[in-house]
Amino acid sequence: MIPTMLHLLAHPFIRIVIALVLTMAFVGVMGLVLVYAERKVAGFIQRRPGPFEVGPHGILQSLADAGKLVGKQLVRPFDADPFLFWAAPILSLAPVVVCFLPIPFGPTLTGMQINVGLVLILAFSGLNTLALCLAGWGSANKYSLLGSARAVSQSVAYEIPLLLAVLAIAFQSGSLDLTEITLTQRRSVLSWNVWVQPLAFLIFFVSLVAETNRAPFDLPEAESELTAGFHTEYSGMGFGLFFLAEYTYMIVGCAVASCLFLGGWEGPVADGHWWFLAKTFGLLLAMMWFRWTYPRVRFDQLLNVCWKWLIPLGLANLVVTALVIKVVG
Amino acid sequence: MAMVAKTLKRLWSLVVGLEVTGKEFFKPWLTVHYPRQQVGNLDTYRGHIELVPRDDNPAIPRCIMCSRCQDICPSRCISIAFHPVENGERTPKPLWLNPGIVSPGSHGAPPAPERIERVLDRFDLNYSLCSLCGLCVQNCPVAAIRFSRHVYFCGTSRQDFSIDLLERMKRGNGTKPHPE
Repeated sequence: MIPTMLHLLAHPFIRIVIALVLTMAFVGVMGLVLVYAERKVAGFIQRRPGPFEVGPHGILQSLADAGKLVGKQLVRPFDADPFLFWAAPILSLAPVVVCFLPIPFGPTLTGMQINVGLVLILAFSGLNTLALCLAGWGSANKYSLLGSARAVSQSVAYEIPLLLAVLAIAFQSGSLDLTEITLTQRRSVLSWNVWVQPLAFLIFFVSLVAETNRAPFDLPEAESELTAGFHTEYSGMGFGLFFLAEYTYMIVGCAVASCLFLGGWEGPVADGHWWFLAKTFGLLLAMMWFRWTYPRVRFDQLLNVCWKWLIPLGLANLVVTALVIKVVG
Repeated sequence: MAMVAKTLKRLWSLVVGLEVTGKEFFKPWLTVHYPRQQVGNLDTYRGHIELVPRDDNPAIPRCIMCSRCQDICPSRCISIAFHPVENGERTPKPLWLNPGIVSPGSHGAPPAPERIERVLDRFDLNYSLCSLCGLCVQNCPVAAIRFSRHVYFCGTSRQDFSIDLLERMKRGNGTKPHPE
């Protein structure tokens, strides 16, 4: 009986289902933790306590907020397209769960080890742009439309340097499998890709901040200009799903960054998923730190940074990497 | 070359920004954490008005019931009730000054001393109307009204902002704990 069950558990389909369920739980919990962390970081940087009243040191604040969001009425504007309007938040969150499948949390803690893991993540995370586009179009609101137009042009622009940075690492490791890329950096801390490819790491991280619509590149939801951008008309869990999706894309991005550049689960003392989580959290905290340090850029500045700096630098980096591999390898 | 130098300089400014916020992160809070702490320096705070007690008897207000404050108040939020006392005997009915009528003599010199003594019964303030202009404080001939330091004043109904200032003064103008 037990061997049969173990055999069943080892079936790839069952493994994927278990991984997806665990990912959903992980996403939910991490959403709460990150919202709390974000507000605490914001508070401490501005020399105030942040959330404090719900639970000791406000630790249950995001749980209370989640309860509030679930309890709120879902309102659709009169002119909005009902299908697109409600499809958008679901389409925003649903694909991100798939992005967790090829991420190696530990030496064996991977949902689905496939040799095109990186491509899978990039493909599914690109769907978020479509969701923002649908939200802006379906809301029948000019702020939403402007926000989604910004989201699309920003995502299209910054996907290129992101891919160029990823490509440099893929050239170097000769693989698109995140587990294998992690294993190529296993010798020591000095063999992490961030030391070999610092420029690629910089480009990747800047593009990641822009791709996840985080400050200082949060133009799609620039509240001073567009009220809330693409999610202006969303209330309750419609907004909640967008919010959760934003944080989940941050986690995916930082997890990929720690796989590609920071050696994944490899660490100085004891290898394992704690190293992976620590690196991911470190990058997430850095993103929060950026948010509360830099003012929002103007839209022409945003696109100038991408087209005039990141893409040429990314291309140059790629050419140099290819030459070095050709000569050395 | 100059452009690269300029860009590097600008990139360095980003690092400086991170350094500033990174340092602020570890410094102590600057905000007053209200229910656990309270603000200290309230000398310049304008709370609602309160009555000033006499120096010799803290149970009796300095107020001489001239009703100037009631007349000058642009929001009509002060109403005063007092008893005239004649030969030591109180008249049974309190006299309410009509706030609609400006009493004669109220905008000139302080009222001439009268034979009839007055005893203040009520000094009602409707704080929800008050604009804190301070005319009553400025125009009181005997400095019987001042701004309180009542910062944490809140209520759940309109009635909570109708205050009998005489009673409040007898309770110590907020210096003693509330009986409730």
